[in-house]
Amino acid sequence: MSVVIILLLPLIAAVLVCIPVKSYWASGVTVVSSVVTLILATRIALRVAAGDSVVTTLKFGLHQWIAVDGLSALILLLIAFVATTAAIYSVGYMAHENLKPSKLRLYYANYNLFVFSMLAIPVLAEPTLVWIVVELTTLCSALLVSFQNTREALEAAWKYVVLSLMGAGMALFGFLVLFAAMQASGNDGVYTWEGLIVAAPSMPPVLLQTAFLLILIGLGTKVGLVPMHTWLPDAHSQAPTPICALLSGIETSAILYVILRLFPVMHASPHAHAETWALVLGLISVGTAAFLLLQVRDYKRMFAFSTVEHMGIILMAVGLGASVAGYSAMLQIVSHCVTKSFCFFAAGAALMAVGTREIAAVRGLIRKSPAASVALVFGGLAITGAPPLAVFLSEFSILKAGLMQKQYVATGLLAIFIVIAFFGIMLHINRMVFGAPESNGNGSPGNNHIEPQPVEKFHLPLSCRLAMILAAVPVLVLGVYIPKPLDDLLTQAAAALTR
Amino acid sequence: MSDTTNQLLDNLNALATGLFLLTAFGIVAMRQVRGCLNLFIIQSLLLAASAALLGLRHGSEHLYGVALVNLISKPIIVPWLLRRTVSAEIYTRREIDQVLNIPTALLIALALTILSYFLAQPLLGAVAPEFRGPNVPIGIAGLLLGAFTLTVRREALPLLIGLLVMENGAFLTGISISRNLPLLVELAIATDGLIIVFISGVLIRAVQKHIGTTAVGELASLKERDAEPATTETIK
Repeated sequence: MSVVIILLLPLIAAVLVCIPVKSYWASGVTVVSSVVTLILATRIALRVAAGDSVVTTLKFGLHQWIAVDGLSALILLLIAFVATTAAIYSVGYMAHENLKPSKLRLYYANYNLFVFSMLAIPVLAEPTLVWIVVELTTLCSALLVSFQNTREALEAAWKYVVLSLMGAGMALFGFLVLFAAMQASGNDGVYTWEGLIVAAPSMPPVLLQTAFLLILIGLGTKVGLVPMHTWLPDAHSQAPTPICALLSGIETSAILYVILRLFPVMHASPHAHAETWALVLGLISVGTAAFLLLQVRDYKRMFAFSTVEHMGIILMAVGLGASVAGYSAMLQIVSHCVTKSFCFFAAGAALMAVGTREIAAVRGLIRKSPAASVALVFGGLAITGAPPLAVFLSEFSILKAGLMQKQYVATGLLAIFIVIAFFGIMLHINRMVFGAPESNGNGSPGNNHIEPQPVEKFHLPLSCRLAMILAAVPVLVLGVYIPKPLDDLLTQAAAALTR
Repeated sequence: MSDTTNQLLDNLNALATGLFLLTAFGIVAMRQVRGCLNLFIIQSLLLAASAALLGLRHGSEHLYGVALVNLISKPIIVPWLLRRTVSAEIYTRREIDQVLNIPTALLIALALTILSYFLAQPLLGAVAPEFRGPNVPIGIAGLLLGAFTLTVRREALPLLIGLLVMENGAFLTGISISRNLPLLVELAIATDGLIIVFISGVLIRAVQKHIGTTAVGELASLKERDAEPATTETIK
């Protein structure tokens, strides 16, 4: 029953925040609802990890529509985690923006609806219903992307809506073809992920392949796979920072989850080369993002491109063979979510301190806001895979799996791209944090002899600090130690890919 | 039902889908924004008609439901929602300056339609004979033409209509090959279409209010480097 409660909570919260009372009411309701969601999601994840079934007690025929296995529970847990830290971060961040109370209520109402649409993705079992909630994530977040109503934000939101919905149109076609394939298989199973796997061997291969490609391209648009990524850096940089953390940190992974659901189905049709498609698309995404990272001018866009890179890495890992690299792919999803949300919190702290997103305009941040600087450096190191942090572990195991599969070219290229991305990101962050303040854009450390101006210190709001500490804990811990229940959950999630 | 009735229903369905294709062409080429919207309404009516005819032909009550949902949501609620969100001034606009001139756009649209017939062949070969019909190729054509509309138009409302045409195209194929989808799903998809219209309408209004134009195709300030023609790797 707790699955249904998880879905209802954000909806109730979305209604409650519209009540016009004190300004902290809306943020308080959101934080409480997301913390409760996190607790419930953790309980579900623990039960799934222990091997229990969680949906047998559902009434009203809901068990047809809702199913939670290892993969779903993992994504659900991650969504709840990022939604919680982002809700806590929002308290301080939105207070800093000095908005009208009505606008703030609008933000929180949208926030909760967006969280609802994401939470529904992993627990729904009917593919067309999943398509609908995927579309809802776009629609609920569109007004959050355009929230600041600047020219750039509106442009980003418009591109986001048009391209994502264009992809969604193709994906809808794919899901309808998939349904036709299910009917043509003569299998009387229900149209769910589970039923698809059962019916897959008797489906006409051509329908299955068409559906797979349409869904891969259609939903790949929303995941940000190159060459359908063009909207992603815009939308993921223009939104308010907590929303960026949600969009980049977890929404992309949640949509990728839907694509991953198709891989066990595609096992029935080995001639479709589903894994090769994933490998190639993933590699192209990683490569393009790595080079674009070198020339970004906006530090939020930088982290957005890093999301494109990471989605490519995850897809590549699945393409290497789910039986070998499935666990690594799941670990990469986890480490990406926790690290990327932290990175955006750090970027938001820098933005609050300096008020500009231009990399060239930020120099010597360490004097202005030590907290934001430390967070940026830590986030940069963590997201680029410096040891001993979470991303390092997962990227390393993916490279190892690649070598085991004898995919030397792909693995070699991946390693090179990861290194390029590391230098791209750390170069920009280094200039922002330690660069001499006087130099305009050149960042040459030679002119340090000029007397540094006394800088007014910026104090990060308490809730932002709290959210960043919460987000940093798993980044640190998962690099060196994976708790037993999480390990079980990851193994089960990887198993869901291979069946 | 007798063979002649079935024949008649098949022919009527072919007529409806043929006209559906024609409206998709019209939406690619129509300069007037209001004209575009009217064509979209006609297209949705034709989609509903096709669903009803197929329902009659195959005795599927389920398809009547689909027809009814389409009849209510698209021709009635969509224009109403747009009236509520978007200012009336947008309808009177004419798009003089399209990305491609109209004859070129129509020729490419024609090529896409022919392509969609080829794309449909393997799909038609794989499904049972009763699912075959003009709906599959024309649905694919609708999908492609909708996507094509998105690339050639600059005005916000025709772009939104392009999105809806894509969805109509997917539906037109859907009522033929996957006609037993649960009605709940169909209802949800229709609701979803309405949310698309509402959100886009709100966005269009915000764009008009804060930027002062609705030619959203011309917005291109978000890039990696300064807008120099030499940098080809800029992000559009």
